[in-house]
Amino acid sequence: MKELFPVKQVMGFVFSLILTAVALMVYFTDMSFSIGMTILLVTAFIQAGLQLVVFMHAGETNDKNSIYLNVYYGLIIALITIFGTLLILVWDM
Amino acid sequence: MDFFDRFAVPHPSFLIYASMVGIGLTMIAIVLGITYFKKWGYLWREWITTVDHKRIGIMYLLVALLMLFRGGVDAVMMRYQLSMPDNTFLDSQHYNEVFTTHGIVMILFMAMPFITFFFNYLIPLQIGARDVAFPRLNALSFWLFFMGMGLFNISFIVGGSPDAGWTSYFPLANNEFSPSVGTNYYMIAIQIAGLGTMISGINFITTILKMRAPGMKLMKMPMFTWSAFIANVIVVFAFPVLTVLLALGTMDRLFGTNFFTTDNGGMDMLWANLFWVWGHPEVYILILPAFGLYSEIIATFARRNLYGYKSMVVSMVVISVFSFLVWTHHFFTMGQGAFTNSIFSITTMAIAIPTGVKIFNWLFTLWKGKIIFTTPMLYSMLFIPLFTLGGVTGVMLAMSAADYQYHNTMFLVAHFHNVIIPGVVYAMIAGLTFYWPKMFGFMLNERIGKWTAWLMSVGFVLAFIPMYITGLDGQARRMYTYSESTGFSMLNMVSFIGAGIMAISFALLVYNIYYSIRYASRDIGNDPWDARSLEWATHTPVPEYNFAITPQVASTQAFWDAKKNGHELFKGKIEKIHMPNNSGWPFILGCIFFVFGFAMVFSIWPLAIVTLIGILGCLVYRSFEKDHGRYISVEEIEETEAKLRGAKK
Repeated sequence: MKELFPVKQVMGFVFSLILTAVALMVYFTDMSFSIGMTILLVTAFIQAGLQLVVFMHAGETNDKNSIYLNVYYGLIIALITIFGTLLILVWDM
Repeated sequence: MDFFDRFAVPHPSFLIYASMVGIGLTMIAIVLGITYFKKWGYLWREWITTVDHKRIGIMYLLVALLMLFRGGVDAVMMRYQLSMPDNTFLDSQHYNEVFTTHGIVMILFMAMPFITFFFNYLIPLQIGARDVAFPRLNALSFWLFFMGMGLFNISFIVGGSPDAGWTSYFPLANNEFSPSVGTNYYMIAIQIAGLGTMISGINFITTILKMRAPGMKLMKMPMFTWSAFIANVIVVFAFPVLTVLLALGTMDRLFGTNFFTTDNGGMDMLWANLFWVWGHPEVYILILPAFGLYSEIIATFARRNLYGYKSMVVSMVVISVFSFLVWTHHFFTMGQGAFTNSIFSITTMAIAIPTGVKIFNWLFTLWKGKIIFTTPMLYSMLFIPLFTLGGVTGVMLAMSAADYQYHNTMFLVAHFHNVIIPGVVYAMIAGLTFYWPKMFGFMLNERIGKWTAWLMSVGFVLAFIPMYITGLDGQARRMYTYSESTGFSMLNMVSFIGAGIMAISFALLVYNIYYSIRYASRDIGNDPWDARSLEWATHTPVPEYNFAITPQVASTQAFWDAKKNGHELFKGKIEKIHMPNNSGWPFILGCIFFVFGFAMVFSIWPLAIVTLIGILGCLVYRSFEKDHGRYISVEEIEETEAKLRGAKK
């Protein structure tokens, strides 16, 4: 029975639907820009991590270390780019 | 006629009409030549549909050499224009187009395919693999790159060349200030070629991580393979930025979005910012494989193993991380505060440390070595002092306060040519001379080769050292003329003479190839340089399966150990070998991409939509295609091996 009903994936699917609904609320309810942005960013990152682990099967194979190393390196480069850009064009302009 | 008006060149001149005629005649000559010698079938079966990494590599090489000459002609035209004050050889618009295409052609369509040629040809041989991890994808990479290159190069006869500099900064590159389709060509041609580069980056990382010969741990890879690995990691992390940037730029120009506009919430400076987030790592993508080639050449001809293998690897890893931390030094004068500039000044200066480590490692490899001065070694020895000079002026430029003096002057132009020519171009030509016998079965003439190296270096010094002086005196880059009272004319004339000498040295390189094809000995064996790594352990010419038996590796220089220390390289017996089938789909997909790009450049939407569907159709077809490759039988391998082992004529 366990093979026929993938609990992890179904729960993951439900959870990702909830995350989508929460993100949609930002559009339909009246809230300040900063609160809306915070909700969007948080739900987006959780959603991305969820997709990666549950549906793209990161961490289920032997090369899970290199997959996570890659993801972390990508994240670091992305964060450097974003915060570097903010520093140059907004905070210190 | 309105429809066809858009294809006309907006600023025609005699030179452009002459090149139109020239290109037309060359195309006709090529088609007639192939038809006359009945080579269409051969071309299709052996080259266009090939998935063999060696043949794809050689096609990259051909494109790189062709583009070297196109970019070189641009360079000589610019130097001639500036050799005299108030020269009227080129007008300002034409000069803008020439320096723009010179930059793009030399970086993206000369240096990039040249290093990709070395990646393709050498990585599988150096790690003892049969091919790259995804051979079909490799062919697709080449054809995407080739079509991007083709699309970019037709720009100056159909619709006009890009003219906003190779950096194509907004707002200069927007529709208001660059109304011709030239900048559309820039956005879309580089996008298509860049896709190819990104795909091959993934391909080579997988190849190096997954297909090394038994016993070859990561820390036992040859130094070129290490440098290629690091460079491809940088490709995979840096090129997505370029892809996004070009997509945003395309939308600004074609669909009226406001990413890089000066009003409606757009931010024009964001282009410069993101361009260099990609652009600075790109510099290291070019230079690291060059360092890898120098490491191979210096170790071979100093007759010693490479000094400081671990520190070489660590310094490359450090460079790859730092390459993402320095991009602001390209625009210190844009208006951000002193705090930001200081941070990026320090990171930029810090990158000189790992580079210095590498220079010292090469010097220590030479120390007490039994140095043999062949042509590749001569290039490497010329590289060390000239490149160090470029590096030192780089540290000067890294000081943000002083950069206000140097910014956008000829001093900067002198600096980056000083690192790229002795760094990358010398490495490419040294590597080409070094690996020529492996590829084609004969060596290039040493005497002519050394003449080329010395002439190129004399020309280089004459052409670029004067620019440091005129730059400090205030000659701005990209300025198409100057008055006599500035006093720049004498040094610019020297520069032009230097460019002329460099042009002669490249002509000599071509003559050397012709001379060696006619007169060089074909009896050179598999290892003419007495080299150290695995690519020399197989036959010349390399059979399509590379190694009949997969080699066993126990050190960083397995082949040297096999020759001198009794290491057994090939254990076991010959078994049947699984190889991929050739395929025409990468070429066809490339052609559809070319038409799609052309339609986008000229905003011909129906054609763009049809070709986009064609592209998706090709991808769907590939997803459902069943192709399990083929086997080469043991008898066939033994026959090939016996033939290659026999005496050569």
